[in-house]
Amino acid sequence: MTEHIAIIGGGTGGAVLANNLAEKLSTEIDAGEVAVTLINDGPDHVYKPVWLYVAFGQREPADGRRPLRGLVDDRVEIREDYVYDIDHERRELELVDTVESFAYDKLVIATGSQLDPDRVPGLTDGGHHFYGEAGAQGLRDELLGMDGGHVVLSVIGTPHMCPAAPLEFVFMLDDWLRERGRREAFDITYTYPIMRVHGDEHIAEWAEPRLNERDIAIETMFNAEAVDPEAETITAMEGTELDYDLLVAIPPHTGSDLIETAGLGDGGWVDVDQHTLEATGFEDIYAIGDAAQTGVPKAGSAAHYQANVVGQRLASEVRGQPVTAVYGGKTVCFIETGMDGATFVEFDYENPPSPSEPTQAMHWSKLAYNESYWLTARGLL
Amino acid sequence: MTANQTTDEPDSVVDARGATCPGPLMDLIGELRTVETGAVVALLSDTEKSTTEVQEWADEAGNEIIDVLDEDDHYKIHVRKL
Repeated sequence: MTEHIAIIGGGTGGAVLANNLAEKLSTEIDAGEVAVTLINDGPDHVYKPVWLYVAFGQREPADGRRPLRGLVDDRVEIREDYVYDIDHERRELELVDTVESFAYDKLVIATGSQLDPDRVPGLTDGGHHFYGEAGAQGLRDELLGMDGGHVVLSVIGTPHMCPAAPLEFVFMLDDWLRERGRREAFDITYTYPIMRVHGDEHIAEWAEPRLNERDIAIETMFNAEAVDPEAETITAMEGTELDYDLLVAIPPHTGSDLIETAGLGDGGWVDVDQHTLEATGFEDIYAIGDAAQTGVPKAGSAAHYQANVVGQRLASEVRGQPVTAVYGGKTVCFIETGMDGATFVEFDYENPPSPSEPTQAMHWSKLAYNESYWLTARGLL
Repeated sequence: MTANQTTDEPDSVVDARGATCPGPLMDLIGELRTVETGAVVALLSDTEKSTTEVQEWADEAGNEIIDVLDEDDHYKIHVRKL
């Protein structure tokens, strides 16, 4: 009797987990006792952090894409399809392009985040972003075409992927303009929804003086509720209105419709136990990465560490061993502070982040990691 | 979602216990964006600082803190969207 493990989603969490299982359970897979299937809605694996660099012309969109088949162990079956429902009692997945239901014994949901800019009137037409391939290219073209003006970076979506990226963008923009001798022709404003410049108070304390030093204006308590693309204004619920020449927004995010359809959680995020990553109230269903409502950032590093934990748990379950692996909230993030400097934070459920003084070495470490990321996706790093 | 006037059955619950980054207040704001005016959202947080910063934010943003309950291992903060 073969035990079927299905993974929905071929992003960082799904790919790392698939490779992790292929390695841990290679003997069982080769013996036909276990089968691992990764279901993804496209042929490619995408490394999203590249888009921040695409916006400044430093990377190409293709640098962030590789065929999933080339990254995932051959022991794992890859299906290109879209799961639209889960029958958790019968343990079956309903697929758009396959008539028969897909039977599973154990399921891992790694469906990630999507952008939902239409939730803010005018944002789709009036705003740019670097949270998608086309968006980053459009933003690059806008930036290259500007001689000067007011750039507003507005954090609208909460939660959103990579909580450090908005700060990285304005620091990099400031540096990029200075290097080109164009900084004086631009004003930069950074808006954030609460009373400080980042949700985490330690990162906020670290970032605020740096924003001030760089002459980046700060608007806190700014929850955008509408954008007027004609007038080029963005208005907050708190009543503040800003004029812009270029609006760079962090759009509202949503999870997969599948999660609501299957009753696994609200807003597209799966209710999970923060430590075991098991879906609350469901047997043999896990969630990892952005899809899991854990309280840690929607970031690739969190998905990576969670995938390793779930891989270990599944291997123990399959072998009938005690299941001991738990996730402690570990997350690591590089934070670019310009075109030639970066810092690094590491934190978990018990220990908050503590950003250090930026260094050039850390910037080069981030660029090196961007290159070596593909080893992470292959389960080698 | 139907707006509720009591804290016995809030319209929605944001369980931000253990939330690291960007934290409970950001989770609350995300939820308040999705509910109707008048709706009550319960924020669960195990960080005492949430009790002061949610109040500070609500004062600025014009929302109402209905009550803050100490539930031993966490705080439950009821916020009405105005």
